[in-house]
Amino acid sequence: MKITLWGVRGSIPTSGPDTRHYGGNTPCIEVSEDGWTLILDAGSGMQRLNSSIKLENKRVDILLTHLHFDHIQGLGFFKALFNPEMEVHIWGPASTLTSLRSRLGKYFSPPLFPVHFRDLPCKLHLHEVENSTFTIGPFVINSRYVTHLGPTIGFRISDKHAVLSYIPDHEPALGPKGLSKDLKWLSGSDLALNSDLLLHDGQFSSEEYKNKVGWGHCSMEDATAFAALAGVKHLMLFHHDPSHTDQQLDKLFRDINHIKGGKMKLDLAVEGTEINLPKVVK
Amino acid sequence: MAYDIEIILNRQLADCLSIPVFITDTKGNLLFYNEPAEEILGKRFEDTGEMPVEIWSTIFKTKEFDGSDIHPKDLPLVKTLTEQLPFHKTFLMESLLGKSEKISLTSYPIIGRTGKFLGAVAIFWRQKEE
Repeated sequence: MKITLWGVRGSIPTSGPDTRHYGGNTPCIEVSEDGWTLILDAGSGMQRLNSSIKLENKRVDILLTHLHFDHIQGLGFFKALFNPEMEVHIWGPASTLTSLRSRLGKYFSPPLFPVHFRDLPCKLHLHEVENSTFTIGPFVINSRYVTHLGPTIGFRISDKHAVLSYIPDHEPALGPKGLSKDLKWLSGSDLALNSDLLLHDGQFSSEEYKNKVGWGHCSMEDATAFAALAGVKHLMLFHHDPSHTDQQLDKLFRDINHIKGGKMKLDLAVEGTEINLPKVVK
Repeated sequence: MAYDIEIILNRQLADCLSIPVFITDTKGNLLFYNEPAEEILGKRFEDTGEMPVEIWSTIFKTKEFDGSDIHPKDLPLVKTLTEQLPFHKTFLMESLLGKSEKISLTSYPIIGRTGKFLGAVAIFWRQKEE
């Protein structure tokens, strides 16, 4: 399983000299195996993905955790959508009231975007998922609703060799007692359990989180404790706050890495990183 | 296997409240009760953890105001589990000390985003003596 991080920033793109190292593009991850390609979220990182993606089997699957703008803003610029030979599958969270097509259609329509959904020339297939298990090529995918604002799912992606868990927007510590130590009562724990790599929300420092409880995101400390409870082998903190510069992220990482303990490998996600699971290559 | 997010979030809410709250699965097994509910149940969640419906349902003795027993199927939580609708009823409940107390019980079904029935919540309102 080859994984490429095309966007790791949260909330809004923040390209500039102060974010050059970790990157300023919002979430977009490419996962490939045996000629099959999954794209996790369609943030502004999708623009960088466009220039390198190899679509060998004329099919691509885009898995959306939720429809907040930082996770879909790159979708309209994805070249496969404008290729009539391409089969594009978009998987996203089911909602009680409106279909995935209707919700995405709000973006794919003027004045937000000049092209209507119905005018996209590719062969488009939409799939609504909830607490589901489905297969795409060599990948077995589990989706589960997680604690965030609005319908939001995380993914657990398994192939023959490894498990990748992806929970980019998640507030597992919501509640008066913080993070539950009992996995049954811990949002997202099924998805993360014993995974080889977890890409998880780590938007805030613990000090920042105190003033942002209920915003749907996670402190780096809580994310680290969550991953340790779930037996994750390698945690990459993801969805960096747009106000955090490279220098600030370096300092926050030093602080959290100092207290993490245990055997789990811990990193901050860096845009452009390529990972081959289970072997990590930078 | 982790509980559905709707169950987890109901527990988080219950943890913040000063009124007694019980959360069950679709069969009525008790998944969680908060600290104010511990006083009614006479047990601590920390000690008991989850409780099968056969056990926790026998702890309460409920009566109508005329002193007659309430059939279990007429209790709001049982009706919620059966019909997947909210119910409310005021009745007498014998406390652990044997004293009758006027209690109102509101129950509602937990129905998730996809319309799936996941469990129920029962809220006990202790009525002040007039």
